[in-house]
Amino acid sequence: MSVQLAMPKSWRIDTKPHKFCPGCGHGLVLKALGQAIDELGIQDRAVYGCDIGCSLLSWDFFNVDSIQTHHGRTTPVITGLKRANPDLVGIAYMGDGGGYAIGSQHLVNAAARNENITVILVNNTQYGMTGGQMAPTTMPGQKTETSPYGRDPQKTGYPTQGPEMVAAITREGAYVARGTVANPKQLKGFIKKALENQIAGNGFSFVEVLSTCPTNWRTNAEETWKFVEKEMTKYFKVGEIKVPEPRHEEGK
Amino acid sequence: MAKAVKIVLAGEGGQGVQSVAEIIAEAANEEGREALYIPNFGVEQRGGVSVAYLQIGDQAIGSPKFLTADIVIALSDRAVYRTRKYVGPETVFVYDAGIEGVEDAIPKNARKVLAIPALQVANEELNPRVFNVIIMGAVVKATRVVSEERAKDAIEKKLGYKFEKNPELRDLNFKAIDRGAELVAGLV
Amino acid sequence: MPEKPIKGEKRYFMTGNEVVAYAALAAGADIMYGYPITPQNEIMHYWTRMAPKYGKNFLQTEDELSAGFTTVGGVLAGRKSFTATAGPGNTLMQEPVSMAEAMRLPIVVVVQQRGGPSTATVIYSQQEVTMTTIGGNGEGFRIVYSTSSHQELFDYTIKAFNTAWKYRFPTFILGDGYQAKMRESLTMYDPEERGISLVPAEPYVGKPGTPGTDRPPEQYRNTYNVEEEIYEVVQNLARDFNAIASEVAEYESLAADRSEVVVVAHGVVSRAVKEAVNELREAGISVGYFRPVTLRPLAEKELREAADKARVLLLVESAHGQMARLIKEAAYGCKAEMIPFFKPGMGITAEEVAARVKSILG
Repeated sequence: MSVQLAMPKSWRIDTKPHKFCPGCGHGLVLKALGQAIDELGIQDRAVYGCDIGCSLLSWDFFNVDSIQTHHGRTTPVITGLKRANPDLVGIAYMGDGGGYAIGSQHLVNAAARNENITVILVNNTQYGMTGGQMAPTTMPGQKTETSPYGRDPQKTGYPTQGPEMVAAITREGAYVARGTVANPKQLKGFIKKALENQIAGNGFSFVEVLSTCPTNWRTNAEETWKFVEKEMTKYFKVGEIKVPEPRHEEGK
Repeated sequence: MAKAVKIVLAGEGGQGVQSVAEIIAEAANEEGREALYIPNFGVEQRGGVSVAYLQIGDQAIGSPKFLTADIVIALSDRAVYRTRKYVGPETVFVYDAGIEGVEDAIPKNARKVLAIPALQVANEELNPRVFNVIIMGAVVKATRVVSEERAKDAIEKKLGYKFEKNPELRDLNFKAIDRGAELVAGLV
Repeated sequence: MPEKPIKGEKRYFMTGNEVVAYAALAAGADIMYGYPITPQNEIMHYWTRMAPKYGKNFLQTEDELSAGFTTVGGVLAGRKSFTATAGPGNTLMQEPVSMAEAMRLPIVVVVQQRGGPSTATVIYSQQEVTMTTIGGNGEGFRIVYSTSSHQELFDYTIKAFNTAWKYRFPTFILGDGYQAKMRESLTMYDPEERGISLVPAEPYVGKPGTPGTDRPPEQYRNTYNVEEEIYEVVQNLARDFNAIASEVAEYESLAADRSEVVVVAHGVVSRAVKEAVNELREAGISVGYFRPVTLRPLAEKELREAADKARVLLLVESAHGQMARLIKEAAYGCKAEMIPFFKPGMGITAEEVAARVKSILG
């Protein structure tokens, strides 16, 4: 599989080539996001927030106003921004450590409040920037720097099912999906729907993206794609996830 | 320069000490005097002794906290124990005559100790509901921080909407102020 | 257009937390983000009651990290944004404040100090001085007003929004549990009627036009790749902060340049100190006071002057030496002996201060 070179209009050309490692999935996710921004014509009112971790390398990625925040804190920064100026389209971009570990309380509560923002979370099963430690998304048996003999679910649990968790606690109007860099067209569709959901004022939108990290996985191209397409999908099911039925009957 | 009058008012939750302190403070403020009122706070405010700290004077009040009060009013046994530390040689210590078993705890170093039958007056002459208003009458009479008339105005302001519907309530409250004042008249 | 919350000048008798909510409205604050913690809760209670009537907003967050970072987001959107906290909440708040410090974001934070360390008391202390002035992983490029009365809570809360948006450093109102919960009188006013102009807020992101076409994108970061980059960033912050320090620094003093003993205190403790010093002076005792209004930056020049002329600086605070550390650093090399009077987590009365001064003078 080859990376398409045509750049979305919303990409910032003078900061390309980008700073991610060869084979990293971030470029593909950000391409899908760029295309969605282009198609929706929201370059002038989108505000892009990126987290700490490899996502921070995208702080000047787009010709879109952007804020690089702290580890795990992109969700509250974008929440605060959107609450203060609802005309903006707030995009919080983060990794699995930022979203599911250090910032999990923010993700959970933003989802529960049905904050009208879009969260895009890149799942590459480990902490990339700090050198490949175990993450909430590390799969059983997977070796990382802090699980050198493989993740033992007896001791450290099973991978976090992020979109499933978000879908379970959010409410009607929210949009939840899990895409993969192995299917960029579908991924762009999910991200676009998530942004449309925000623009329509329906509430929280969340897209997890299965992504690659050949640097820390220590895989070649073939092994990398095999991992994301064959291994990760054993635990992480790609597709849109239904949010609960209307809850207006609750409490009666 | 006259120093602010320092008042400690303590009782059980529900005895209304905070509302008494607040009404007095507001009445003094309305008169253009300086007042500083600290409600009891802390984790123990749920189910503990309720203490109100009040200072009233004619200049800006200094420290909100004080070590020794000019008058301490304790309305329960626990309140006696809790407030005796605010008593010094110049302090008037007032407690309700109906409190039992606190003889040993009544401070010996006070300028004056007064046991007033406020609870009895409330129950037998007036109405248990105006117990705290009787206390208010006693406090304003003993300290002269505001006049009794001012105290009545303040009650009118606070409860006037109830008095409109039931004018007897007004008489009851005003009588409570007068009776409270009588309980300490000539004694401090 | 909703009416102004305060018209004309009027005397009020209320709690300090209520004062802060009114002052934030008077200052033109747009949105408050907050998480419950005693003794600041009533700031949120009053704000949430009044805000909708004036087209203002509120968000209750999941914790103080979120309260601080949503406040950062509000500022980035170009809205006057604030939060309020205390104690362990202030600890969490240091992370967002460090981001605001690094990126020059004018957040306003009201701190009502409570006892520490740990959960301690919900009542009162001056134990959040170190954390508020120089907390976080940074250099303390913040402005901290330590108030002592309800009038000052009103005046300085209004001023905090102006200072923050004028200089673009995070700005604190450092109050305490006494100030939060007690009732006393103050005069409230509409600042503009008094000739105080309100510094307008400006958006950092979401400005008009399409980035890359009509204008360059607005892009902000706080992460740097090499030592030289962060060195330059911090040097610039330090230069800017030092340049405004003398303009921002405020203090109050009485006979600080001509007394044997000068009592130094900030915040609510300065009330006891003023009372004590005035009484002692009436009795002919050579004593004065110096009260820093801003704890960061300090009025260093005036403080050093006092510390060079007095024999003794008596450092009085409801903490175990947190203000003292700031004073000693600023007055390094000055002649006066520094004598501590620390009551961590406890209120301090005029009588206690007077007794201490007398014992020093023998």
